[in-house]
Amino acid sequence: MAFLIDVEVSRGALEIAVAFDVGPGVTALFGPSGAGKTSILNMIAGILRPARGRIVADGVVMFDSTAHVDLPTQRRGVGYVFQDDRLFPHLSVRGNLTYGYRLVPPDRRYVHPTEVVPLLGLTNLMDRRPATLSGGEQQRVAIGRALLTSPRVLLLDEPLSSLDANRKAEIMPYLERLAGQLRVPMIYVTHDFREVERLARRVVHLAAGRVVRIEETAAASTSHR
Amino acid sequence: MLEISPADWEALRLSLKVGFWSVAGSLPLGFALAYVFSRYTFPLKSVLNAIVHLPLVLPPVVTGFALLLLFGNRGPLGHLLSAVFGITIAFRWTGAAVAAAIMGLPLMVRAMRLSIDAVDRRLETAAWTLGASRWRTFRTITLPLSLPGIIAGAILSFAKSFGEFGATITFVSNIPGETRTVPIAIYSLLQSPGGETSALYLAGISVLVSLAAILGAEMVERRLSTRVHTV
Repeated sequence: MAFLIDVEVSRGALEIAVAFDVGPGVTALFGPSGAGKTSILNMIAGILRPARGRIVADGVVMFDSTAHVDLPTQRRGVGYVFQDDRLFPHLSVRGNLTYGYRLVPPDRRYVHPTEVVPLLGLTNLMDRRPATLSGGEQQRVAIGRALLTSPRVLLLDEPLSSLDANRKAEIMPYLERLAGQLRVPMIYVTHDFREVERLARRVVHLAAGRVVRIEETAAASTSHR
Repeated sequence: MLEISPADWEALRLSLKVGFWSVAGSLPLGFALAYVFSRYTFPLKSVLNAIVHLPLVLPPVVTGFALLLLFGNRGPLGHLLSAVFGITIAFRWTGAAVAAAIMGLPLMVRAMRLSIDAVDRRLETAAWTLGASRWRTFRTITLPLSLPGIIAGAILSFAKSFGEFGATITFVSNIPGETRTVPIAIYSLLQSPGGETSALYLAGISVLVSLAAILGAEMVERRLSTRVHTV
């Protein structure tokens, strides 16, 4: 399992230049606002084009500036849970969950509704519209929808930041279960170290568009205190 | 007492036919224009936008005159149509539909553009990350989310087409059974002695159709948008 990211881009005044690799389990991108965390996810997803660099997942080159490779977003196989609510308002929860699932060739599916729906506690919400769900429920649907594309990597951009403390406490166990049970590598962006401690195996510390250091979580937790 | 003459029925049927074909013919163009205006910037965009909206402010007789110059038998486009396809639209009901379509286009494009503007583009990005191609994203996200505006635009354009007068009479004249639509029939009835009663019926029908169109467009917009945003 090799997932390599080595990219450079400038976003206004911020020069982002980062290189790190991602292994199995949860890798956290941790740092203050404006460190370039979301931009890094967008480059991995093919939403933001790096000025220079390489992104390789599972031996598949998604982006390579010297070889002029730039796979379009829909062919990267990247699941993305956005910071803001982006559920499709005209589809039911079921419609949202299966939107990407139906586009994955059956032999490439390794995540299925039968496991994800109960895991995320969505069984009784399947026929509802997103607008009738609470913030926490919406975020669970968004996580399920991204997972069901059987992604090579799951990107989570501060999935808890828009939720209040109770909702966070409601989602956290689901995320822990995902991290423990599914084989999907996850890149988890956050500025809250408590989330890092509970979920991540590795932490990439970012500041002002640079990697400050990369640590395994046990070590990261001690140095933070 | 309520009696509608065969000639009035004919005018009504003709107006409905002109309205239908005007909308059916201009819908793809109208949607394409609305989409391009909403999503792209390009040189001369404001000029193209002004041209589409011109019939809204231009005296209709001028639009009709321009159509006559272009599509008349000696006009460049009219000559081309008859030479290549053997089609003549001047002084035919098809010409009335073309005039109506051009007069209705600004209303259609406006309603559609507003609803395409309102589609959250972040939802399209989300669809790409779920594996949807640009075309699939358009079909499954953009199109259904802008549907209320598309229907409203079509209804408004139909209402405009149903009652278009100035450009139509200038371009295709006033031929009973061919180009004498409801408004032109009303005008003709008012020119002849004793036509007021018939004119009144047709006027009443026009009011009903227009009212139904506006209410219908509003209802469709409200129904579909609440369906999207709640249950």
